Amino acid sequence: MQNNILICGVGGQGIVLTSKLIAASAMAQDIPVMSAETIGMAQKGGSVFSFLRLGDGLYCPMFPEKTADLLIAFEPAEAVRMLPYLKDGGKVIVNTHPIMPVTAALKGSSYNGSEMLEYLAKKVDDLKTIDGEAACREVGSPRALNMVMLGQAVKTGVLPFGIDAVEEVMKKTVKPQFVEMNVKALRLEI
Amino acid sequence: MHKEFLMGNAAIARGAIAAGLNVISGYPGTPSTEVLETTAKCNDGSLYVEWSVNEKAALELGAGAAYSGARTMVTMKQVGLNVASDPLMSLAYIGVKGGMVIMVADDPGPISSQTEQDTRKFAEFSKLPCFDPSSVQEAYDMIQKAFEYSEEYHTPVLFRPTTRVCHGYASIEVKDEDECKKNAPEGFVRDPSKWVIFPRLSFAAHGAIEKRNVCLSKVFSESGLNPVTANGGRRGIATHGISYTYTMEAVKALGVSPEIFKVGTPFPFPEEAAVEFLTANGGLEEVLCIEELDPVIERGLIFVCGKYGLKTKIIGKLTGHIPPAGENTCASVKRAVSQFMGVELTAEEKAEDVPPLPVRPPVLCAGCPHRASFFAVKQAMKGKKSVFCGDIGCYTLGNAMPLDMVDTCLCMGAGVNITQGIGRIEPDTNCFAFVGDSTFFASAITGVINAVYNQADMTLVVLDNSTTAMTGHQPHPGTGRTMMGQVVDKVSIEAVLRGIGVKTVETVDPLKLDAAVDCVKRVSAEKGVKAIIFKSPCAVLIKGKAPAVIDSGKCINCKKCINSLGCPGLVIKDGKAAIEASLCTGCGLCSQVCPVNAIGGGENAE
Repeated sequence: MQNNILICGVGGQGIVLTSKLIAASAMAQDIPVMSAETIGMAQKGGSVFSFLRLGDGLYCPMFPEKTADLLIAFEPAEAVRMLPYLKDGGKVIVNTHPIMPVTAALKGSSYNGSEMLEYLAKKVDDLKTIDGEAACREVGSPRALNMVMLGQAVKTGVLPFGIDAVEEVMKKTVKPQFVEMNVKALRLEI
Repeated sequence: MHKEFLMGNAAIARGAIAAGLNVISGYPGTPSTEVLETTAKCNDGSLYVEWSVNEKAALELGAGAAYSGARTMVTMKQVGLNVASDPLMSLAYIGVKGGMVIMVADDPGPISSQTEQDTRKFAEFSKLPCFDPSSVQEAYDMIQKAFEYSEEYHTPVLFRPTTRVCHGYASIEVKDEDECKKNAPEGFVRDPSKWVIFPRLSFAAHGAIEKRNVCLSKVFSESGLNPVTANGGRRGIATHGISYTYTMEAVKALGVSPEIFKVGTPFPFPEEAAVEFLTANGGLEEVLCIEELDPVIERGLIFVCGKYGLKTKIIGKLTGHIPPAGENTCASVKRAVSQFMGVELTAEEKAEDVPPLPVRPPVLCAGCPHRASFFAVKQAMKGKKSVFCGDIGCYTLGNAMPLDMVDTCLCMGAGVNITQGIGRIEPDTNCFAFVGDSTFFASAITGVINAVYNQADMTLVVLDNSTTAMTGHQPHPGTGRTMMGQVVDKVSIEAVLRGIGVKTVETVDPLKLDAAVDCVKRVSAEKGVKAIIFKSPCAVLIKGKAPAVIDSGKCINCKKCINSLGCPGLVIKDGKAAIEASLCTGCGLCSQVCPVNAIGGGENAE
């Protein structure tokens, strides 16, 4: 049994921590894990991704196009950018709130993500859209997005563990003062 | 043994510690940086860990410690080895007493480097043994073997992972603390016939090295580091590093079974293992070499075929079957393997109706003081003939529109000398060199001495954000912190410049735009070598102020803020300039650029 998961978004959205928590949750069930992610430019507004693989018989942390079981996208255009990696019948979770790159502002373009969401709706059968901004407001922190997305990812049933397993490793990973907010975000009903 | 989820670089660090590491030195550079950082985090007080001022200093310090019997590791990226190549070449002749591993991370792509140079070739040139791991687990295991070989053969060895191994993560088996080796260094034993390099010693050492490498080629062939997987066919694949894992994935997915030769020690090339591979099953007909960077294995196999009179046809980069430049990927290797093994791949359908995607090139962060520094120089020099030589660091991103303030960038510390060269040909040009604080200490000081001594006419601009920002905020001599956790006296850039003989040195906060522009105008008008230090901390390291606010009643929608600064904190919403509050640090630069004072909030707003 192998799972290929792709998490994508823009630097600063908390993608690396999301990836770490999935990996730690898998390890807690004795499932082998490999991952690879963009590093370095992450704080500078670039596209960020994390490849995650769970299961036996893995050689490398990356996987080719059309093999991801689940795409967790923190930004609409980044979801479209990485969509070629999704296998036929794979699942996509996408945050609908767009992040405008500097180049778009300079060219006077008003990218707002709607075109991307329309494209996703057309191409993906199993698509779940999350209004990340509204979810963060409900949780009460603009930094809750990654836990909201992770909670929804667990709900897809693709990952070989449940929300309790994630909550347990999260509590060991984040600072105590953020535990309550993160639990709320993980378990948010959307 | 127990399991841990580790980054490749952390596994290398932990493996070195398990091998009895005593001393580690290095200079930050992607993708090598986390090795030294991990050892500092794991330091129980028994290790000496330092960020040296540059790679040459790091290697020389490591040599001294290894002369004294310490197990030593020196870390750097591939271009860092160019800086350290002077001591490296000589140290190969002198040798070491304690095990010494020089960890050099290569960067196929390149993803964040100036060159796609291959450290395996550097190993051949310097005649030093080289280890090339293919996975996180192998990196952990192999670095321990590298220490053993180094100590047994009294030679420094090169250990060269690539980006995907350095930055990949995996759950791996690591040793428990009581399984780790401890090494008690004997200390330096005086012996000038051994530690002082002279032509006579070099002649003798050269002969000994060549003999040793013939022996090591045999030893490596039998070491298990260069395994041949027999599958019974007449077609073979020779590969290495991360490309080996792509190959195994491809072979599994395609259901094919070529003979596979994985080269873990590219130098000295394991000839006997290669012969075993090439002569399997009555002799292989054809071998595909799947490599990144240079065709090292490919040339090695062609050499072996010639030397042993073998008829196998060797293909790869030299025959156009593998791209000459850039990274391999799962997909590119699968394509190459399927072609080589005669398996049809289902044609990839490319979606054609994809909406145009926003490009996200890396840009200076919102609130980055470098943006203000570049903008101030640009304003001050408007209409004047000028050249702006850049250097290596976050500030190379000053080349992007709309700042467009980097005319040259070559290698660490080069800008200060390049600008002098341009000035010799164009004396009427205002010659500027921009250099960051860490790069200044690493390799720009000699350039300034050169300028002062040779009577150059130039303005040095030191962008001092008090950290090594590009590689993740490592300390350097100007920060007053060390990797051993000490708080020490800072080395003052201004005092260094004055000591060299630069008479005009002005320090100014670039976020006070008017003062900064005045300073540039005043200083650059002087003759000779003069310097401006733009001092303001890296925006990532300080707690930002309240975000700026645009008064929509005052805003005339000229978009000057956006078009002159290119700050990620400034966006367009509903056709008008707006502040992205989640990014804005309130640095106040845009409020000083706005012609109608429509931007308030932020630090410097009135």
